[in-house]
Amino acid sequence: MKNTMIALALGASLMGTTALAGDVRLMWYSDGVEGEVMKDLVARFNAENPGINVILDEVAYKVVQEQLQIQLEAGSGPDIARVTNIKTLAPHWLDLTPHLTDPEYWRTNFGAHADWMREDGSEAITGFMTQLTLTGGFANATLFEQAGVALPGEGATWDDWVNAADQVAKSQGTAAAFAIDRSGHRISGPAVSYGANYIAADGSPAGVDDGTKAFAEKLVGWVEGGQMLRDTWVAASGSTYRAAADDFINAAIPFYYSGSWQIANLSTKIGDGFDWVATGSPCGTAGCSGLAGGAALVAVKYTQNAEEVAKVMEYFAREDIVKEFSERTLFLPAHAGVVAKGGMNWQTEDKNVGAALDAYVAAAGDTLPAADALPAWKWASPYYGALVNRISQVMAGELTLEDAYARIDQDITEAVAAAQ
Amino acid sequence: MTGVKEVLGAVVAAPLGWLARLLDTPLRLWQRLAGQNGMVAFFLLPNMAIFTVFVLLPLVINIAYSMTTGAALFLPERTYVGAAQFERLLRCTDYTDLMTCQEDQFWIALRNTGTFVVLQVTLLIVAATITALILNRALRALSFWRAVFFFPVLLSPVVVGLIWRWILDRNGVLNAALVGMGMDPVNWLLERNYAFSAAIGVTIWAHLGFFALILLAGLQAIPRDLYEAAEMDGTKPARVFWRITLPLLMPNMLVVIVLALIRAVQVFDEAYVLTGGGPGTATLFLTQYIYEVGFASLLKNPGLAAAASILMGGVLIVLTLLQLALGRKNERKGKLK
Repeated sequence: MKNTMIALALGASLMGTTALAGDVRLMWYSDGVEGEVMKDLVARFNAENPGINVILDEVAYKVVQEQLQIQLEAGSGPDIARVTNIKTLAPHWLDLTPHLTDPEYWRTNFGAHADWMREDGSEAITGFMTQLTLTGGFANATLFEQAGVALPGEGATWDDWVNAADQVAKSQGTAAAFAIDRSGHRISGPAVSYGANYIAADGSPAGVDDGTKAFAEKLVGWVEGGQMLRDTWVAASGSTYRAAADDFINAAIPFYYSGSWQIANLSTKIGDGFDWVATGSPCGTAGCSGLAGGAALVAVKYTQNAEEVAKVMEYFAREDIVKEFSERTLFLPAHAGVVAKGGMNWQTEDKNVGAALDAYVAAAGDTLPAADALPAWKWASPYYGALVNRISQVMAGELTLEDAYARIDQDITEAVAAAQ
Repeated sequence: MTGVKEVLGAVVAAPLGWLARLLDTPLRLWQRLAGQNGMVAFFLLPNMAIFTVFVLLPLVINIAYSMTTGAALFLPERTYVGAAQFERLLRCTDYTDLMTCQEDQFWIALRNTGTFVVLQVTLLIVAATITALILNRALRALSFWRAVFFFPVLLSPVVVGLIWRWILDRNGVLNAALVGMGMDPVNWLLERNYAFSAAIGVTIWAHLGFFALILLAGLQAIPRDLYEAAEMDGTKPARVFWRITLPLLMPNMLVVIVLALIRAVQVFDEAYVLTGGGPGTATLFLTQYIYEVGFASLLKNPGLAAAASILMGGVLIVLTLLQLALGRKNERKGKLK
């Protein structure tokens, strides 16, 4: 009797602290409709694999940004997570290689982005990109047309776009000409277009260079001149992320610089409210670069069900599943096979969507090497954070640009020192 | 009916009596072994254990964190740096120019919090006193008005922040009303002074009812005959307030001042939801600074956040000691009377 009681108590305590065999917890956030698609795919996986129970934990993006790292540092967290901060957290990802049926399939189809989600010098297979993204612009074609202003064409510069949007804003009485999301990631493609390079020769963060200064100066000037919507950048402090999508959706700005992940969001919320087009990235003095990125589905190394996790990952990485996921979510696929075969059947009746996706695919060829290096660079996050924090202080009139550059350099140096 | 109550009482009391009898012998035995002081310690032990686990231990861990650096969560994996985090927070070339401080945003947050505390607490006390004086009069529907003033206290701080953001936003209710009246809209949350004033106003709105209620209790405890005597002497209302009401309200007023000071130093949720610390750093307060450094930034620095929280804790300890001292002083005065 005594032994039975001890066994029961032990069993109960184990149930309270560890995952049940076969349970796989998946932490997922959504930008658009992908949560719904994922629910459907998970249900199908569970039905096809009775021995494995995938539990989809849908959370806000802020939870992934703020809480996941703490869970991982504590050696806990989900078994699989969808994340964007993939390089910084790379030490926490599981090397799936020994658990995969065909590691070569992963290397062939997802190898191009494998470095984005593993530690420098590692050959581990830790996950795959659920979608590739590219920063770029959107224009409210209806407002441009109503204002009688032509959409700037190929090769148009940032100044061309801002001036054209400003004419539209004045003619149509919108709140401002344009907005850029409050994010260091978002302004880095344009900064590279003006010649910026954040990475020094030894891989450490370089000081703020002339390219970064050129675009920062433009941003501040546009806020002071009233062309850029003040709300997005000025009405917050620190490195807080703020999107301006709602202002574009509500036709408060005729031009919006964000990225390809907004396509489903815009399509769903704008509907037939007005016509919109994707514009790619306006040009600077060095090129017309956006910044690639995206979200990855990665396995967490603290899982107690590594075999089951690998099976789940293999399912979601299957060519037919990746294709279906991309077609239903309107995300650009990161699977080399899917991209090579083409023939995507985008699941939408919105006439703006197909053209927008095509525009982003075309713009992907315009990215510059300095931008292509950033997703796999481990100090990108502190660099982005420092840029947002200090440039918004200049916009608010608290710092001069020269002081801001010195502070950005200092912030990055201190962040790197604290992380090492 | 009484019979039913008695039966119910007996049903409830029976197991308690049985439990008391069951514990009686072992407790007597334990008292004989441990003595009177031992029994005191024995009964205090559960509370002390909870206090240790949930208050003392986190405090010790926080102090230990403040002397380390790195992103690791567990202390043994973190690098010991002594007082370097405090040095980083406090180092300035010229203390009259915050931009010369190494951690300039900590100092900006400190300055903002100091300004906020002085203005918010002063205005809150004045508003709460006026509200309590009004609610102490024989008004029509007095209970309704008391509930109206107390209602915001029941709301979640995040809800308070959101409601006011909808009102004060560029496309908010207030601007819609201004435009409706033919006036120009105002960027309430994008101008430094407006945003700071909004943070003060909204937190006063949210907490006014709580403090007014404490003052109201004090007002109702003042003997009516003092006012009757003053009325018979023909004393002016202002003199009655300064010579009778305020002195007798002072014990409650001191409690309110200290509580309001503590809450103001801790300001975070309503202000964060309302302004996000902006425009720029105009409404960046200490708690938000700690939150951003420790949790919200892309590269978190829990060591620096812990050091900042200890400095903030020092301020709160001084205020708490002040409250305790005032409480004891009032108690002694009460005994002398």
